Amino acid sequence: MRTDLTVNGQSRTIEADPRTTLLDALRHHLKLTGTKKGCDHGQCGACTVIAGGRRINSCLSLACMHDGDEVVTIEGLGTPETLSALQEAFVRHDGFQCGFCTPGQICSATAMLEELQAGWPSHVTADVASAPALTVEEVSERMSGNLCRCSAYPNIVDAIMEIAGRGRA
Amino acid sequence: MTVHIRMDDRVEADRLEDMAQGVVGKPLDRPDGARKASGTAAYAMDSLPDGACFGVLARATIAAGRLEGVDAAAVEALPGVRAVIVDERMLRNPAQGMAGKAPVQDPHEIAYFGQPVALVVAESFEQARHGAIALVLRLEARAGAVVGPDDAGVEIETPEKKQQSSGDLDAAMREAVFGVDQTYTTPVHASAAMEPHASIAQWDEDRLTLRGSYQMLRFNRAELADALGIDEKNVRILAPFVGGGFGSKLGIAPEAVAAAIAAQRLGVPVAVPMSRQQVFEGVMRRSETTQRIRLAAGADGRLTGIGHEALVSNLPGEKFSEPVTQATPFLYRGENRVIGHRIARVNRTCAGSVRAPGEAVGVTMLEIAMDELAAAAGIDPVELRLRNIPDEDPTQQIPFSSHKLAEALRSGADRFGWDRRRTEPGQVRDGEWLVGMGMASAVRVNMLVEAKARVSLSSDGHALVETDMTDIGTGTYAILTQIAAEMLGLPMDRVETRLGDTDLPPGSGSGGSFGAASNGTAVFMACEEIRRMICERFGCEAHDLTLKDGRAIAGNRSVPLAEILGGEDLVAEGHAEPGDAEDKVRQATYGSYFAEVGVNAVTGETRVRRMLGVFAAGRILNAKTARSQCLGGMTFGIGMALTEEIFHDPRDGHIVNRDFAEYHLPVNADVPQIDVVLLEERDAWANPLQAKGIGELGICGAAAAVVNAIHNATGVRVRDLPATLDKVLEGLERQGG
Ligand code: FES
Ligand code: FES
Repeated sequence: MRTDLTVNGQSRTIEADPRTTLLDALRHHLKLTGTKKGCDHGQCGACTVIAGGRRINSCLSLACMHDGDEVVTIEGLGTPETLSALQEAFVRHDGFQCGFCTPGQICSATAMLEELQAGWPSHVTADVASAPALTVEEVSERMSGNLCRCSAYPNIVDAIMEIAGRGRA
Repeated sequence: MTVHIRMDDRVEADRLEDMAQGVVGKPLDRPDGARKASGTAAYAMDSLPDGACFGVLARATIAAGRLEGVDAAAVEALPGVRAVIVDERMLRNPAQGMAGKAPVQDPHEIAYFGQPVALVVAESFEQARHGAIALVLRLEARAGAVVGPDDAGVEIETPEKKQQSSGDLDAAMREAVFGVDQTYTTPVHASAAMEPHASIAQWDEDRLTLRGSYQMLRFNRAELADALGIDEKNVRILAPFVGGGFGSKLGIAPEAVAAAIAAQRLGVPVAVPMSRQQVFEGVMRRSETTQRIRLAAGADGRLTGIGHEALVSNLPGEKFSEPVTQATPFLYRGENRVIGHRIARVNRTCAGSVRAPGEAVGVTMLEIAMDELAAAAGIDPVELRLRNIPDEDPTQQIPFSSHKLAEALRSGADRFGWDRRRTEPGQVRDGEWLVGMGMASAVRVNMLVEAKARVSLSSDGHALVETDMTDIGTGTYAILTQIAAEMLGLPMDRVETRLGDTDLPPGSGSGGSFGAASNGTAVFMACEEIRRMICERFGCEAHDLTLKDGRAIAGNRSVPLAEILGGEDLVAEGHAEPGDAEDKVRQATYGSYFAEVGVNAVTGETRVRRMLGVFAAGRILNAKTARSQCLGGMTFGIGMALTEEIFHDPRDGHIVNRDFAEYHLPVNADVPQIDVVLLEERDAWANPLQAKGIGELGICGAAAAVVNAIHNATGVRVRDLPATLDKVLEGLERQGG
């Protein structure tokens, strides 16, 4: 079945089995293999992309549900030659080892910083009525949907804190 | 030209110290970093050839028995399905690390629940997945399968070679002023690398190319060829990026062989990704362990005896068994010793290597026992360990190659503020939280494995390093580039490292923390040869040559390399091998862990508040990637201490929690901003780099620091990991809460 959507600013058409997840559509049909599959069950975050401005697990969503949507994947954030500030910070802080969870971490963090800026509270926000502060605790809580078995967590937090502190992702 | 080194003795000189480029050891960014951060690093499933079909494995749902047949016709009639394959060459389980030959084959004989037995191939992934779910297997269960190490009728082996004893431990225990005699248990663990196993097989006449997610390509190539019954020369494996391994990708696994068979039969490339559930079931688990530990000490806390006896399990016929007691013979003093090792034969997912096989669970439990001894003797836990550091390997009576445990303990205690720890448990309260500190020693054996690497210096002053070694997150791209840049006096961006291709010289593979030292030595040797060739052309002695920033300098001459090479490329191959040094000295890496936890007095929940690791692993080749390895290891330790546990159904052995919703890896919020300190050390017995492995040291006792901190916070001693809320609460209640 046909799905028309915008991926990284480009109009794309996918002709796929209705059972195809957004993740597999990106990887198998559009050859955007930067988005990874770690579990296919919404349990690891490796497949995180930004759809309609929000981070989602693309394995939990069928491609055909995204007709007309705007999707941003890791490829849309930067290339090896033109890394985003956050991608650069991940390199500098060694926010990965094997790198497999990394595209998901970076997409997740990019959208997470906007959530934080928009004042969304989290589980560790003491006062949900006031704007959440940019703290290690907030960042690490909000990034807990992205597993990293290499456990670059402390470095991921450092990378995000550096960029968020500068006020640009 | 190949230059060879066999490590029979200590090396005379610290050659890297003489070099001028100044890049080895520096905390440099990974050269592969930008590719990883931009999603352009290609993992196994990222290079799908056009026209590739997908294969999905189907699994047995009995603990033991036979596959009598499958209902292929019904599935082959489904849209897009190209074949249903059941082939005698398919693997029962992955090969063990460094096997170099096929593991047990034939899907008709079933040995565990979850064993892959058939492959459904279709034009799309969705069609193949549907076919595999729809496939009806005719299974004949065998009565009397034994699925647990404690089940009635379980066969237990006591291999003679794995038992040791010296002196009289029973007498030492009787005469001890302070003693510990406890039994500890650890559950089954999973490596849970984030990239699931996956292979894409493609044939070109009789040549097979396999893109896979593997750690040890030279062995994997031999294993795959053997499984298929073809010549190794006709197999090429590519794994330029590997999404984590932690032991799970040491040996060729069922999906690779199935993909190769299917691709050959259909004449198209076939991709076989394993699902996360299949990885849990069909790849290696770390065996559960039961460990009886006995410690006998005098009034001053000095050990007079150590007993460490372990029961582990594996499938019938598998040679690997978790080497729980690997470090016990040399970690602490004590004349009277017993080492015991028993293996229960069970019909469960194959047991194999998971990060630091042996020490990860063995040292952890020994370090909990040491904490018990410290408490019993009223001696500070750091001091108790300091008093028990032996002068030489007490079992083999050979010297240590280098030994930094004392320094790691002292420096860790100092940095962590250990003196603020209250000796008496349960003294510090922060609202609902009971707060405590714990520590443990770290130790891991050090190894060297045969490795080759080729280095080419091109006439324009760029260098290329090539080996089939892998980078599984370990930093191989970074450190091999650094070693070559240092030795050849080139800026980092003028050196390229190519890995993960069996067409390149065979490296050691990634495993056992030996990758950096083994392949680094091969690169170093090749560079030494190139330096010799430069000296020849430049007309100087080896010790007079300085290479820096692309120039050769000797005496008062300084000439660009390109000029010396005069349009010629220099190529050399380095070859490293272990030798007698292994028997002359005891080589190991050491460290210490310190943890502060808060235990919720109401819920029993434990949160790690602070954690520090101090490690010595010879020369550190890249301070940034080495630190990351330690962070990773310590986080595995947090998982082991608090959450990680595989449950097998007692009826048929199946893994109940075969996904990330139920097998609880630490998440970001579970891990504090861990501190890592790397001590200065050189080990001349290890290799010419004087570097040792660091990939596993971070896990070898880390969980004990957390569990010991729980005791200090609450007075509750957990001897059955993980220390989940129920166990802590029960302990709190027993104390009269
Ligand atoms: S692959 Fe989507 S959450 Fe794991
Ligand atoms: S970098 Fe390997 S899983 Fe995160």
